[in-house]
Amino acid sequence: MTTWTTPAAGEHIGAADRDPGAVRLRADDVRLAYGEHVVIDGLDLDVVNGTVTAVIGPNGCGKSTLLRAMGRLLKPTGGQVLLDGKRIDRTPTKEVAKILGMLPQSPLAPEGLTVADLVARGRHPHQAWYRQWSGDDEDAVATALEWTGIADLAERPVDELSGGQRQRAWISMALAQGTDLLLLDEPTTYLDLAHQVEVLELVRRLHREAGRTVVMVLHDLNLAARYSDRLVAMRAGRIVASGDPSDVVTEALLAEVFGLDARVIPDPVSGTPMVVPIGVHSSSG
Amino acid sequence: MAAPTTVRAPRAALVPGRTPLRIGPVSTVVRLRAAAVVVVGLVVVVLALAVNLGLGEYPISVPDVLAVLLGGGNGGQRLVVLDLRLPRSLTGALVGAALAVSGAITQSIARNPLASPDIIGLTAGATVGAVLVIVFAGAGGAVGGATAAVGIPVAALLGGLLTAALIYGLAWRRGLQGFRLVLVGVGVNAMLVALIQWMLVVTGVYQAARAYVWLNGSLNGRGWEHVWPVAVALAVLVPAALVLAHVLGALQYGDDTARGLGIRVDRSRSVLLLVAVCLASVAAAAAGPIAFVALVAPQIAQRLTGIARPPITGSLVVGAVLTVVADILARTALGGTELPVGIVTAVIGAPYLLFLLARHRRRSRG
Repeated sequence: MTTWTTPAAGEHIGAADRDPGAVRLRADDVRLAYGEHVVIDGLDLDVVNGTVTAVIGPNGCGKSTLLRAMGRLLKPTGGQVLLDGKRIDRTPTKEVAKILGMLPQSPLAPEGLTVADLVARGRHPHQAWYRQWSGDDEDAVATALEWTGIADLAERPVDELSGGQRQRAWISMALAQGTDLLLLDEPTTYLDLAHQVEVLELVRRLHREAGRTVVMVLHDLNLAARYSDRLVAMRAGRIVASGDPSDVVTEALLAEVFGLDARVIPDPVSGTPMVVPIGVHSSSG
Repeated sequence: MAAPTTVRAPRAALVPGRTPLRIGPVSTVVRLRAAAVVVVGLVVVVLALAVNLGLGEYPISVPDVLAVLLGGGNGGQRLVVLDLRLPRSLTGALVGAALAVSGAITQSIARNPLASPDIIGLTAGATVGAVLVIVFAGAGGAVGGATAAVGIPVAALLGGLLTAALIYGLAWRRGLQGFRLVLVGVGVNAMLVALIQWMLVVTGVYQAARAYVWLNGSLNGRGWEHVWPVAVALAVLVPAALVLAHVLGALQYGDDTARGLGIRVDRSRSVLLLVAVCLASVAAAAAGPIAFVALVAPQIAQRLTGIARPPITGSLVVGAVLTVVADILARTALGGTELPVGIVTAVIGAPYLLFLLARHRRRSRG
């Protein structure tokens, strides 16, 4: 059951048959903690079908923690996470893995693993010990490789790839998983600007042509504003603002969230808000 | 025309390097190199067994041994090969296979080639159990009969399981990190070795001597009673490992990636560890803690097959080859004097361990 067919046609099913305004993923009054250390307390967030949501905020604000909880990698100590209205922690994890794909921050691949084998691993939720390479698996992996433009790298070891190629390989794996929800934790970390744009263009195509709903944590405000429908700005475990990028990225918000003194002007290319830093508030030390 | 849509024309593999093999609902990727390693390895095991079976005061040529194994040969040859020599050689092959599969599993779980049962203390835990029986259960006399046949494997298994629980508990910190498992395991291993030494000191000379030979990993005097427990354990646990290998492959990635793929990481890892501990313990009970096979065989198998993790079947075959060849060397290297096979595997394995450590340091520096 491949939910998208050819790269060019961009046909897809799965996401398309859902109500476009439906809430796919919801954090409901969640409290997240590592041991005694509470990172987030009483946070609500809705992820609407067919949108790209970018979560921004300073280091340590809890944005990755929130993403891990939404992807059931971290169990909330209070509140709940709902996937399509059902509690994610009460849904069998393999069933969740057919709906929601997760790309962790700096993921680990075994040494010497080929790109094809990495991407094929994304099929795990659809496989069993006796069914490890079905026709559907093969179709999905071939399509995912082509979509991400790494088909010609299929037999290369992942550890020999450049940073940008490697990130595309991981996204390809998440894509092969065939989920219509994708959670990406800082997919552009360690990439130079050209490769950051390349990865985000890919995310945009996944959204527009393959109908994926995406939640991603990003560092770069200008890119986040350009490549998302919805921005969520976090500070110290709370959502300070969320909504259309042009409503969220304001000079007042940058001061409040990042302690940054900046001008916000329209991006001359995309028209989305663009941040021009002036300096850092002395109080944010 | 009968439903043409259900017929799929044969076609070339869509994904390079992943040629499919599909029979009904069963499907897998064809890995010719890995299959070749297994086939060639099995042939080498049989030949090495034949050489080993021919050795002794009454030498028998390899073709004659093979003839006996296929049901031919004369009465004398059959007696010598099948009744006197086969149990010993077979124990060696099976123990090597069990250790290697155990090592392949633990190395994969920890994502670290150093994390083999003999390094992280699982074998030592099993040894403590077994030595306890050898040294104390005899109560002055020799351990024999039921105590040895049942007591040693059971005690070894308990020792191995307790050690595994201890290491896992100490190493687990909101997830399992390979290097932490190795460090904790090395520490636990040192404590267990000290415990074994203590037991040897406090017991009588006779029991200590018996335990000592066993501790070096000996195949001397192994009979069918040693073959069966290992054979049964392999017959049950290797299929289990093969079924779990699919999950083991996904556990090779970080815990978060594995969870994202729908794997219950801690549960899967515990079950796999249980399989590995049982294999290592049963092997130790049968032949003593044969050193380094569990460390080296999976790594050799990984390099031979060119797969990005220690393969189960490949490791099994390489482990058997390694142990039988080591046994041949142990029996012939010093002319008349037989060495315990564990000494030979240690001589082969120790340099390899040093190589691994050196390579590890270079990589963590670079």
